[in-house]
Amino acid sequence: MKLIILETYAQASEWAAKYIRNRIVHFNPGPGRYFTLGLPTGSTPLGCYKKLIEYYRNGDLSFKYVKTFNMDEYVGLPRDHPESYHSFMWNNFFKHIDILAENTHILDGNAADLQAECDAFEDKIKAAGGIELFVGGIGPDGHIAFNEPGSSLVSRTRVKTLAMDTILANARFFDGDLSKVPTMALTVGVGTVMDAREVMILITGAHKAFALYKAIEEGVNHMWTVSAFQQHPNTVFVCDEDATLELKVKTVKYFKGLMMVHNKLVEPLYSMKETGAEGSQSKKPYSD
Amino acid sequence: MVALDVEPVHGVKALAMWWYKVGSLSALIMPSNKSVSDAPIFQFTNCRILRNHELQREDLWVREGKILNPEKLFFDEKGSADIQLDCKDSIIAPGFIDVQINGGFGVDFSLATDDFKSGIDLVSQKILSHGVTSFCPTLVTSPPSVYHQILPQISIRNGGAHGAGILGAHLEGPFISKEKKGAHPEHCLRTFEAGAFQDLLATYGTLDCVRIVTLAPEMKRSSEVIHELTKRDICVSLGHSVANLSQAEEAVQHGATFITHLFNAMLPFHHRDPGIVGLLTSDKIPAGRRVFYGMISDGIHTNPAALRIAHRAHPKGLVLVTDAIAGMGLAPGRHTLGQQVVEIDGLNTYIAGTKTLSGSVATMDACVRHFLEATGCSVETALEAASLHPAQLLGIEHKKGTLNYDSDADFLMLNDSLYVQATYIAGEQVWRQDTLGM
Repeated sequence: MKLIILETYAQASEWAAKYIRNRIVHFNPGPGRYFTLGLPTGSTPLGCYKKLIEYYRNGDLSFKYVKTFNMDEYVGLPRDHPESYHSFMWNNFFKHIDILAENTHILDGNAADLQAECDAFEDKIKAAGGIELFVGGIGPDGHIAFNEPGSSLVSRTRVKTLAMDTILANARFFDGDLSKVPTMALTVGVGTVMDAREVMILITGAHKAFALYKAIEEGVNHMWTVSAFQQHPNTVFVCDEDATLELKVKTVKYFKGLMMVHNKLVEPLYSMKETGAEGSQSKKPYSD
Repeated sequence: MVALDVEPVHGVKALAMWWYKVGSLSALIMPSNKSVSDAPIFQFTNCRILRNHELQREDLWVREGKILNPEKLFFDEKGSADIQLDCKDSIIAPGFIDVQINGGFGVDFSLATDDFKSGIDLVSQKILSHGVTSFCPTLVTSPPSVYHQILPQISIRNGGAHGAGILGAHLEGPFISKEKKGAHPEHCLRTFEAGAFQDLLATYGTLDCVRIVTLAPEMKRSSEVIHELTKRDICVSLGHSVANLSQAEEAVQHGATFITHLFNAMLPFHHRDPGIVGLLTSDKIPAGRRVFYGMISDGIHTNPAALRIAHRAHPKGLVLVTDAIAGMGLAPGRHTLGQQVVEIDGLNTYIAGTKTLSGSVATMDACVRHFLEATGCSVETALEAASLHPAQLLGIEHKKGTLNYDSDADFLMLNDSLYVQATYIAGEQVWRQDTLGM
């Protein structure tokens, strides 16, 4: 596991975006060679999306040959509802970049047969060759996607009833009216994310500090589903200072001491403008 | 001025591409995609579009002459743009709608002629350069024979490369007050005291293409007439009148929704009887209704202070009109207006030999700029007064006057000083600034 600690939310977001950029450029995607990217929603990844859009605008990055799979979507919420994750992805990412609609995948929370929709989603991931990099965020209770506390750590994409904490937290997006908040969601399972070749978890803010502590300093526990990634061979946690408040000084110092090394993952920053350069740099500059 | 020689949008260069002319904008064609329609999808990028009362940094998508919802296109049709156009940071606003225009470019709509069509064609073509995409050709007070001759020659029609769309005629008079006739010829004024609506019908001959009628509400039996007109979905406007406020309120209660060129040709505002002007803040307007008022914002017909008073009292009802006469677009000198001769001196237009103001020669885009400057309002407010508000007045805001999804793609590209750079009707470029390269 890598733990990347940056000073602020903005720096953490930029680091994550640079990392994604370098991974895509290195992959050298093209016709018949798609980079598969798992994506989250929520406030945490917003800064990262903004940076990725900036890279696209500057011509450093293209999503023409990127396939995306989103983590989750509410059940029963109209697709064009402003709080749906379809709307979120459109407004905060897709409409700003050159990704093709046919390469984006978001679970349909209005499907007639919800479980069939979930099974089909797993099949689509398989058909795309699995996920190269799954980017995720977590809730204060340590849930990844909508895998609420107590979710099986080998779960697959399925219908999930939301925890009361999540429903209460979401009420602010639905005029504070609990009756309007969706109570169910479709979500990828912990096992689905575990199958990705690499996982990057963004954790920022003091309110997520306890979850980060549970994620990396205590044992694997289904009450903190994000802790499952201790057993993933290739996980990067990217956080800001605030999120480290519950960690041991020793842990923070150790990983901060590694920043010089970890920063080689984003420095130099590669660009798609340097045509032909990608091939010669197919070897990762640094690997754990 | 912003150059509009459109360049290809980056990020698509890896694709097979070729140049394509859209109007005179060069653009990038992208590989076609499957969708419910084979019609090309245009994406206007790098612009600020007026939507929901604010300029938003959004792209404008157009297909088959209508504004397209790109989110639905993306998720439902898995579609994308066929042609992207870089707008070079222009403002995109709905096309202007002029509900009171008497003519222009030497053409007088009230002048009885058997070749009315070529005159109206010329005006509708020329006003494209001023951002007007639809209008109501307006006839000043005329003898019945003139109405009988001209009205059958006016037809409601869509706009296009040939010119701005015609929404229907605005008949200003002859059922107006002698005291407030303004530039209208006195001998042509009429009443409907005898037969009410039948008198009006006999005078006009036909109401088929009539969209607005300006009348004086203090005239006897006006309630009946207003009722009959509104029943036929014709907008009744109050003007050229000496009505007091209660007469004006009664007219609104019977269905009138508009005030013709506020302050002009009506009683001046008095604090014990505010007259028609009082409608702006009246508490006797039926619930759910809004009274609109036309404003000639040329800096001459309305003092900027009066413009500000009206705007601050009732901002959502302000409709910019040109009230333009044949002299608009012409050199200073003598020109005809209906049955009379007028003299143009700069932006001033008088009945020849008098000091009576008679119509304006300001263009719509100039009125929008003057309104912006005089009131210090936002760019959004200035643009909506010439687009959204007239559309709401005519009850056509579901298809014109906004850039909402599924509306007609009638829009303008403007620079930050609100000079029109290009005009589009139904998604097609119908005019562009000549000085732009290409």
